[in-house]
Amino acid sequence: MKEHKPEVLELKSAYPATPKKLFEPLIVCFACNYCTYAGADYAGTARIQYPPNVIVIRHMCSGRYDPLEFLEALRLGADFVWHAGCHPGDCHFLTGNYKASRRFALLKKLCEQLGFNPERLILEWVSAAEGDRFASIVRKLLQKYEEIGPSPMKNFKEEL
Amino acid sequence: MGMEAIVETKPVEEDKPRIGVFVCHCGVNIAAVIDPKKLAEYAATLPNVVVAKDYTYMCSKPGQQLIIDSIKQYNLNRVVIAACSPRLHEPTFRKCLASAGLNPYLLEMANIREHCTWVHTHEPDVAFEKAKKIVELAVTRANLLEPLEEQEVSVIQRIMVIGGGIAGLFAALAAANAGFEVYLVELSPTIGGRMAQLDKTFPTLDCSKCVLTPIMNEAAAHPNIKLFTYTEVVDVQGSIGNFKVKLRKKPRYVDPSKCTACGICAEKCPVKVPNEFDMGLSMRKAIYLPFPQAVPTVYLIDPEHCLYLTKRDPKTGKPICGVCQRFCPAGAINFDEKPEEIEVDVGAIIIATGFDVFDPREKPEYGYGKYPNVITSLEFERILCATGPTGGKILCPPDWKKEPKRIVFIHCIGSRDETVNAPFCSRVCCMYTAKQAILYKERVPDGEAYVFYIDVRAAGKGFEEFYRRAVEEYGITYIRGKVSEIIKDPVRDTLVVRAEDTLTGKIVEVEADLVVLAVGMRPRKSTLELAKILKLPLSADGFLQELHMKLYPVQTAVDGVYICGCAQSPKDIPDSIAQAVAAAGYAMSLLSQGKVRTIGNVAEVNEDLCSGCGICEATCAFGAISLETKVVEGREVRRAKVDVLRCKGCGACAAACPAGAIKAKHFTDDQLLSMIRALFVGPSEALKAIKVAAPPIKAS
Repeated sequence: MKEHKPEVLELKSAYPATPKKLFEPLIVCFACNYCTYAGADYAGTARIQYPPNVIVIRHMCSGRYDPLEFLEALRLGADFVWHAGCHPGDCHFLTGNYKASRRFALLKKLCEQLGFNPERLILEWVSAAEGDRFASIVRKLLQKYEEIGPSPMKNFKEEL
Repeated sequence: MGMEAIVETKPVEEDKPRIGVFVCHCGVNIAAVIDPKKLAEYAATLPNVVVAKDYTYMCSKPGQQLIIDSIKQYNLNRVVIAACSPRLHEPTFRKCLASAGLNPYLLEMANIREHCTWVHTHEPDVAFEKAKKIVELAVTRANLLEPLEEQEVSVIQRIMVIGGGIAGLFAALAAANAGFEVYLVELSPTIGGRMAQLDKTFPTLDCSKCVLTPIMNEAAAHPNIKLFTYTEVVDVQGSIGNFKVKLRKKPRYVDPSKCTACGICAEKCPVKVPNEFDMGLSMRKAIYLPFPQAVPTVYLIDPEHCLYLTKRDPKTGKPICGVCQRFCPAGAINFDEKPEEIEVDVGAIIIATGFDVFDPREKPEYGYGKYPNVITSLEFERILCATGPTGGKILCPPDWKKEPKRIVFIHCIGSRDETVNAPFCSRVCCMYTAKQAILYKERVPDGEAYVFYIDVRAAGKGFEEFYRRAVEEYGITYIRGKVSEIIKDPVRDTLVVRAEDTLTGKIVEVEADLVVLAVGMRPRKSTLELAKILKLPLSADGFLQELHMKLYPVQTAVDGVYICGCAQSPKDIPDSIAQAVAAAGYAMSLLSQGKVRTIGNVAEVNEDLCSGCGICEATCAFGAISLETKVVEGREVRRAKVDVLRCKGCGACAAACPAGAIKAKHFTDDQLLSMIRALFVGPSEALKAIKVAAPPIKAS
């Protein structure tokens, strides 16, 4: 009988080393209470470790997200603005995330017109069970940061 | 043990927010990674924080007492708790605030456990910096929190059940037996529903009417159940606990208190009409009883076909008939009866309106409507039934002369079929086909039964055993393949069913005397109209949508309105009953408290900014906003109005409003935007940017 030799996988680090300066990048995550916020909670419960660069702003539903919130975060220098929420079809309030995705489509176009790198505004739904997905999106954004660098708005001192 | 670090800043002016920050150790969950005392010391430096303390277990009794005492001691009017996720203990700490005399909505939690110490466990310095940021955001928001009201509304302890089939009957009886008043509304002249049309039920082969009629009679005789038959729901206003329902009772033209159901009127009536109870396979008179066991057992006149009601003598202008009235020994006939408009108030509504069957004329390849001996399963059920067109003898329509020696049954007609917009499975057809084939073989032992199937779905209790019996005991032949067409052999006057036998790969042609199409379920048109009236969403398959497919199958988006049975989705009798009593249970538990509470974080319309565009009304998934016409400065305008009993606080309307006229309480633009600003410029600067007046600090 042929002996089965398991492949030795090269263990890569779970995430790149924490950046030298704290909150570089800074990811603002817009979360809904029933899915994404719960998913981030679940990452905590499961003790999934991820870089500390994300701050979660809790809403009850992604339908509540006002495009002004995203624009404000970008204007003030957020490196990434993450539109999260329940997956389509799963919204606790039935249709909130459909409205959110329609607004997001226009917001994306608007941000491009304003001169922001469109890769700074992302749409990634996270459900209550997807703690690992929450963490992996944070890591993915850190890798993207290595490519696109900090937000240009950091150089501007704007009046609130 | 409990460590108390009391850090007090300089005294704050009276009309400002006075925030207390409480940092929880959560045992070692937080304290092993960051220093809660240091975090509290930092929190004390933030805008309007009057006191900051830390403790091992904030959610414990002593922890909560610490909060209550601090509120009183320092005259706090806002509380920030830096601990676990609000999804865990927000209700706990809200109650804690309430017991200290503070409005429960003046609480903000900073999640420094799930979102910080638990996920950055090996980087304590970093975790501490992040915890500081999270607390900064929470304190910023706490500055802008407002006290919110939860309203208590008393409810009417009466339940309306719409639909008098097996589901509606069980729902009504469950509630009535518990002491609730029930109004049972049925559109057709009798209760009983589809089950009354069945001969036998699978897998028990119970006589359907024999098990149904005792339930019908129990419901009709129950002191707590008021029957409204031959009645339609015209309008529903209001919300949970207080629905105003407008009913229209259609005229029978027969007085129920006088009619003895002797049947003389029907004997004498000259008009014959296709009998809808027999699916058109037999005739009834214009004055009729829907079926012998109908409840109420009262005749009624069909106003579309009755000669008295539809025709007049052209010369004299007098009605040309009236035979029934002349012969009725009880004098029960009253041609002047008018529809009755009834308004009732109920606390909860249960919808049990059942199903219609697919019309196979949408699939012309099967020849339904073209060949009289291609019939639907429901029509075959009526043939099987002893009260049906043939007295239970299996004979071929339309002339009822020939006994079919071979019947072909075809599964999935109008189900699992994208071409007719019905990708769903109707769940009962595999089983009722096996049943019908068994009943045929019992009555015509030398007959042959063929079943063309794609799958055989026998998932319920006793179902697989029943299907096995059909194959092994009764010798029914199951061929796996979709039927492509049915053609008539003109010479032999039989039908030829053409299909591919997918297990052998060969084309088969089966000659049949009768073809029975296992038609799938469709939502009733009347149910769809009811959904419009109640603002109930529909699922993709057209049936009524439940609140959650897995966890809340009988609740709907509208609180106080429940659905059950086939109105929600195709199912068999035991599942319909289970859902019906579940719906009744929910309705009862809702109403048994005598009152319901709204949530505080509802939407609020600023009428000065509202232009009446209606975008909010279209956006709300719960029908909680509607436009009201008012007179403002002499002009008639439309303004949005929120029904706080329906509002779930999702905020979709607030985001949709182009004028920003809707405030999503507890998640206002100011609160959210200042949190974002605080992230970049710190709490003080963020709060300075709030241009509107600070919210009132009346704390309770």
